[in-house]
Amino acid sequence: MTTEMHRHIHETLGDARLQDAVLTATGRLKASRIAAVAPDVLPDYQELRTQAHALKKHAIENLDAYLEQFERNLEAHGGKAVYCKDAAEVADFILGLARERGARLIVKSKSMLTEEIDLNERLEKHGLESVETDLGEYILQLAHERPYHLVAPALHKTRYDVAEIFSARLGVPHEIVIEKQTATARAVLREKFLAADIGISGANFLVADSGAVVLVENEGNARLSTSAPKIHIAIAGIEKIIPRAQDLATFLKLLARSATGQWLSVYTSFLSGPRRAGEIDGPEEFYVVLVDNGRTRLLADPGRRQSLHCIRCGACLNTCPVYRRIGGYSFPWVYSGPIGSVLTPQFMGTAHAPGLPFASSLCGACAEVCPVKIDLPKLLLELRSDVKEADKSEGRGRWERLAFRLFAWLMRHPRLYEMAGKMAPMFAPSGKGGWIRSVPGLMNFPPIKAWTDERDLPPPPAKSFRETWRRR
Amino acid sequence: MSREAILQSVRSALGRAAGQAIPEAPPVRIRLPEIDVEARIASLMVRVEALAGEAVRVATPADARAWVAAAIEGKQAVASNAPFLAECGIPALPGVRCGLTVESELRALCATAGVGITSADYALADTGTLVMISSPREARLISLLPPAHIAVVPSSRILSGLDELFAKFPLPAEQTSSMVLITGPSRTADIEQILVRGVHGPGKIAVVVVG
Amino acid sequence: MAMADVLERLGYQLDFPEKQTCCGQPAFNSGYRDEARAVARHFLDAFEGDAPIVIPSGSCASMVAHHFAELFAQEPETLARVHALEKRVWEFSAFLTEVARVEDVGARFEDIVTFHDGCHSLREMGIREGPRRLLSHVKGLELRELEPAEECCGFGGTFAVKFGELSGAMARSKVDAIVRTGAHTVVSLDPSCLMQIRGALSRQGSNIRTMHLAEVLASR
Repeated sequence: MTTEMHRHIHETLGDARLQDAVLTATGRLKASRIAAVAPDVLPDYQELRTQAHALKKHAIENLDAYLEQFERNLEAHGGKAVYCKDAAEVADFILGLARERGARLIVKSKSMLTEEIDLNERLEKHGLESVETDLGEYILQLAHERPYHLVAPALHKTRYDVAEIFSARLGVPHEIVIEKQTATARAVLREKFLAADIGISGANFLVADSGAVVLVENEGNARLSTSAPKIHIAIAGIEKIIPRAQDLATFLKLLARSATGQWLSVYTSFLSGPRRAGEIDGPEEFYVVLVDNGRTRLLADPGRRQSLHCIRCGACLNTCPVYRRIGGYSFPWVYSGPIGSVLTPQFMGTAHAPGLPFASSLCGACAEVCPVKIDLPKLLLELRSDVKEADKSEGRGRWERLAFRLFAWLMRHPRLYEMAGKMAPMFAPSGKGGWIRSVPGLMNFPPIKAWTDERDLPPPPAKSFRETWRRR
Repeated sequence: MSREAILQSVRSALGRAAGQAIPEAPPVRIRLPEIDVEARIASLMVRVEALAGEAVRVATPADARAWVAAAIEGKQAVASNAPFLAECGIPALPGVRCGLTVESELRALCATAGVGITSADYALADTGTLVMISSPREARLISLLPPAHIAVVPSSRILSGLDELFAKFPLPAEQTSSMVLITGPSRTADIEQILVRGVHGPGKIAVVVVG
Repeated sequence: MAMADVLERLGYQLDFPEKQTCCGQPAFNSGYRDEARAVARHFLDAFEGDAPIVIPSGSCASMVAHHFAELFAQEPETLARVHALEKRVWEFSAFLTEVARVEDVGARFEDIVTFHDGCHSLREMGIREGPRRLLSHVKGLELRELEPAEECCGFGGTFAVKFGELSGAMARSKVDAIVRTGAHTVVSLDPSCLMQIRGALSRQGSNIRTMHLAEVLASR
């Protein structure tokens, strides 16, 4: 797995166009975020983060009761809660409902959870047509690819890529003008919205005191998916719960600003149940599917459950110097960036991607921008320890462990440490007094080579600090 | 399906018992700035225009009608059943269809109309937002399907921002199945981060503040 | 040694406990907590006492001040020693500005300089303005800010060799930013950052030199 990750990283670093696309796009999002939360624009930004963290912590620590409250309020307004423990159960529920209602066509708005559970594949296997309606997701669906970034899924695609995809899959003439490409998608999807039997959405927030689902978007596809079809199914992880509608005054101020730098996204929908008596439009049936899919495992660890605070804004991706260079496809699961590195080992097990928690310089920029104050670097450090503990009990990585045992031993013996320091110049190749370009032969073992492939090594000092100090 | 299993799983993960009370939540954080009506109107209009919307202020409902008449000249429009629109005399304008209560009819008209005209239940000054509450008076699709949206709003409904909205209206679910906050025209930057307006929702939006 | 010069000039009496070796961060960052603990215990022993401990490295200071407590969370007695130690630990520039309360150490360094904020000192210790104030009083020194600012140099401990290509790419971005300032010297608080940056500069055949803040402040 680590080798595969290294391969993706190598490819991405070598692709100048892709490097430029990802750096530029994330750079723009990063700059917009900074402008939107600047002290003169949002003076209570830090207070809002503290409040958001406290609210999420409280909701998650009392999740069972809040889920029950959510369910009660949802049902009081004519909706139905459906609890599903995994991908198969979600698919079974939807397929069952579709069969009962004779439904064929589904329109879908963006939901990372549905990516997590491969929903479209499962539905399509049973003859349902499930169409992604967010422009970026639609393009990727046609291309059979997964999202590249939490908020900008088609970040890696150029207008030329889109022209190819549309002409190949939609049979339209090759068109590279972006406005026209968008118009094509709009026309195709409009028909789908108006003909669809079921609209599936995710949920940015589940509001316990209202039994409501909050959807945040810019295009209008979530509104259309949840207003035109007769049935609306919202699918959300159980951790999306917030206690009160009034808490949105905190969360909504943070979400769009952290994601794209907008003060509010274009559409924020607060949906609770099917249409009420007298309302002219809106769904007649309203379901909220509450999904576990491994979340209860993360809940069990008091230190790790903050991983579930995430509101999927993508700020950590846009600020991470690693993500910005290696891009979304270097990550093994649907979640990428710092949050992906934290969630993947916890959901999939550390063995799924043992190198992942190490693919970070621990610069801490992510924690600085997280609107719900998840201590991402701390979690990464803990996960690194998990990986090494697993290695230890399964007999892997013996050489590295030995090296660090030796390191620890040497560091407990100051005189030997000093002696080792004195001996180093004897082994180091002479860089003619300057820095060392490369290390020959046997000394050129992996860590040394990994360093000198990219930069020079410092020469060992002529006199150690201790020696100089003693002479004062 | 897995209700009991999941709830039990959550409880054991948290060390909580069934029926255990929820400790006090962090207090709701609502900050209400002091902003007078004139400042609210000004802020709303600045923000709407910053988002490439059009913002207009007129003194009377009759002036609103005149502005809308010019804006929709030669176009087919669908208007909501909002009493304020009736007060302005907008339903009577040529090209405007109004008073729709049957969904299929509404949908068909919205799909072909050039403009959707609504009022708004509230507006938010600090972000340039329209608050649309679904009701017999305001259908969802009017501000969503047509490529342009005009909202005619009395200045008295302009709130300072989200905090005031949730202070006034803490439980929207009691009243409606849908409350939508609309902030600017529909947009995307999904392809090469190039901004395109009017993806699925209206690409043009105009807010007419009355009074 | 430069740090020692600066502190002695300010009138401090210095002790260098010979027993000291390392704070254990390389092991901690690589996931080897048992090994890190062993080294950390040695550090606690080496620095037994009352005197403030001044460290010319943001990452080491941060390891001691913030992460030792994590390592000994399950050992109340050692944890008590750690908490006592935390209060005595100072990164060099913070010691000058917060304890010695001095911003002008009488240094002279005629050059165009840019300052690299190491991630540990910046984000874990909140050190940003202090070093800049210290540099502003150095005679003959012109400080130019990096743009983009606050970006990681890519060292990250074993990250530099586990993800060498990526670390190298980050170093090169840092070097580009440095070159854009027109500075002749890069100053930082962290020897690891300096090694990474200097290694990348050297590989590109650049004449730009790197210096620790202490070396600049010791210059006359």
